Amino acid sequence: MSSSQAESQVNASRSSATSLYSTLFSVFRRELRIAFRQQSDMINPILFFLMVVTMMPLGISPQASVLSELAPGLLWVIALLACLLSLDGLFRSDYEDGTLEQCILSTQPLYFIVLAKVMVHWLTTGLPLTLVAPLLGVLLSLPTDGFVPLWLSLMLGTATLSFVGAIGAALTVSLRKGGLLLSLIIMPLYVPVLIFGASTVRYAVEGVAYGSTLAVLGGFFALAFVLAPLAIAGALRMSVEE
Amino acid sequence: MNWQWFHRLGSPRWFYEKTSRWMPWLLSVTLLLLAVGVVWGLGYAPMDSKQGNSYRIIYIHVPAAFLALAGYYVMAIAGAVGIIWQMKMSYTVMRAAAPIGAVLTFLALVTGALWGKPTWGTWWVWDARITSMLILLFLYLGIIALQGAYQQQRTANKACAILALVGTVNIPIIYKSVDWWFTLHQPATLKLVGESSIDPSMAYPLLVMIAGFYGLYSWLLMHWVRADILQSESKTQWVKEIVVK
Repeated sequence: MSSSQAESQVNASRSSATSLYSTLFSVFRRELRIAFRQQSDMINPILFFLMVVTMMPLGISPQASVLSELAPGLLWVIALLACLLSLDGLFRSDYEDGTLEQCILSTQPLYFIVLAKVMVHWLTTGLPLTLVAPLLGVLLSLPTDGFVPLWLSLMLGTATLSFVGAIGAALTVSLRKGGLLLSLIIMPLYVPVLIFGASTVRYAVEGVAYGSTLAVLGGFFALAFVLAPLAIAGALRMSVEE
Repeated sequence: MNWQWFHRLGSPRWFYEKTSRWMPWLLSVTLLLLAVGVVWGLGYAPMDSKQGNSYRIIYIHVPAAFLALAGYYVMAIAGAVGIIWQMKMSYTVMRAAAPIGAVLTFLALVTGALWGKPTWGTWWVWDARITSMLILLFLYLGIIALQGAYQQQRTANKACAILALVGTVNIPIIYKSVDWWFTLHQPATLKLVGESSIDPSMAYPLLVMIAGFYGLYSWLLMHWVRADILQSESKTQWVKEIVVK
C-alpha cells in the first residue's frame, strides 16, 4: 500500500469519526430543541406522576405508617407507568412527516441517530421524573433514608426504561392505535428494572447496604444502552417499509 | 455439507407434502407415549408420603411448563431464521408457536393452582416460578397482540420476530430477577417437590410424559403450520388439488 493511499484511508476514517460525532450532536440538539418547544410533552408525565401519587392516600389510607411502608414500590410503579405513557410519541411525529425515512436513508448509521433520540427522551422525561420523585416521596411519607437511593435508582432505572421502551415505540409507530399495545408488549420487559429499583429504595429504608442492587441497575442500563438501539433500528426499518 | 434440505424447507408445498407422510407416525408415537405416561403416572407410580395423590398433577404440570419455556425459544429461533434468511416458512412456524406456547403456559399455571390448593392451602402464591410463568404468559400474549395489530402479514412477521428476540435476551434476566426477588421477600417455608430428589419410580413416568408432550407439541405445531400453509397458498393449483381430493 502506498503512503498516499494509507494517508487517504486515515483521513477517511477520521472524517467518518467526526461526522459520526456531528451526527450524534446534531440529532441530539434537534431533538432537545423540539422537546423544549413542545413543553407539554415534558410536563405531562410529571403531572401524571403527581396525580396518581395523590390517588394513593385517597385509595389506600392517609396514615403515614401505611404509606411509608408502600412508598418505595408505589413511587417506582407510578414512575414506570409515567415513562411508559410518554413513549408513545417518541417516533410518531418523525414517522408522520417523513423524517424517519430520511434518517434511514442517510449515510450515517441509524444506530447512533436512535441512540441520540432515546437519550434526549430520557433527558426530557426520565430525568424530570427523577427530579420530582423525592418531592412525591414526601407526600407518601417515604422515610428520609430512602430519598437519595430513590433518586439514584430512578436515575439509572428510567434510562433503562427509555431504551427498552423505545423498542416498543419503534415496533408500534406505524399503528394508528399503538398506545395500549405498546404498554402490553413492553411491561413484561420492565419487570427486572422494577424489582431492582424498588428493592434499592426498600433496602435503604431498612438500613441495608443498597450498593449491590444499584450496581445491577447499572448493569441493566449498560446492556440496554448497547443492545436496545440495534432492536430499535431494526424495528424502525420495518415500520417505515410498511 | 449439503444444505439442500434447508432451502427446501422454505417451500410451503415441499413442507406440506413431506409432513403429510410424517404426521400419522408422529401422532401415533405421541399418543402411545402419552397413554403410557398417563396410565403409569396416575395408576402405578407410588403415592407421595406427604402430598398423597395430589402430587400426580406434576405429570401434566411439569411437561406443560417445560414445553411452555422451550416453545418460546422455538418461536424466537424461528423468528431469527426468518429475519436472517428471509424465509417465509419460518415466520409461519413462529406464528404457530405463539398461541400453542401461550396455551401451554396457561395450562402450567392452572395445574399449578390446582395443585397449590390442597398442598399450600391457597390457589395463588407469589412464588418465583409461578411469577416467572405468569410473565412468560404476558410475553406470549404480547406477541399475539402485536401479530393481530398489523394489516400486513409481512410487517407483522418482522415485528413479532424482533419482539421475540428481545424477549429471548430478557427471559434469563427476568427469571433471575424474579428468583432473587422471591428469596428477598418470602421466608423459605414453601418447598416445591422439584427441590427434593424425586424417586425414580415417580421420575420415569414423568420422563415419558415429557417425551409425550414434546411429541404433542411438534404435532400441534406442524398441524398449525400446515393449516396456515393451506390458507395462505389457497390460490395455488396444488392446494386446490388437495382440497378437491
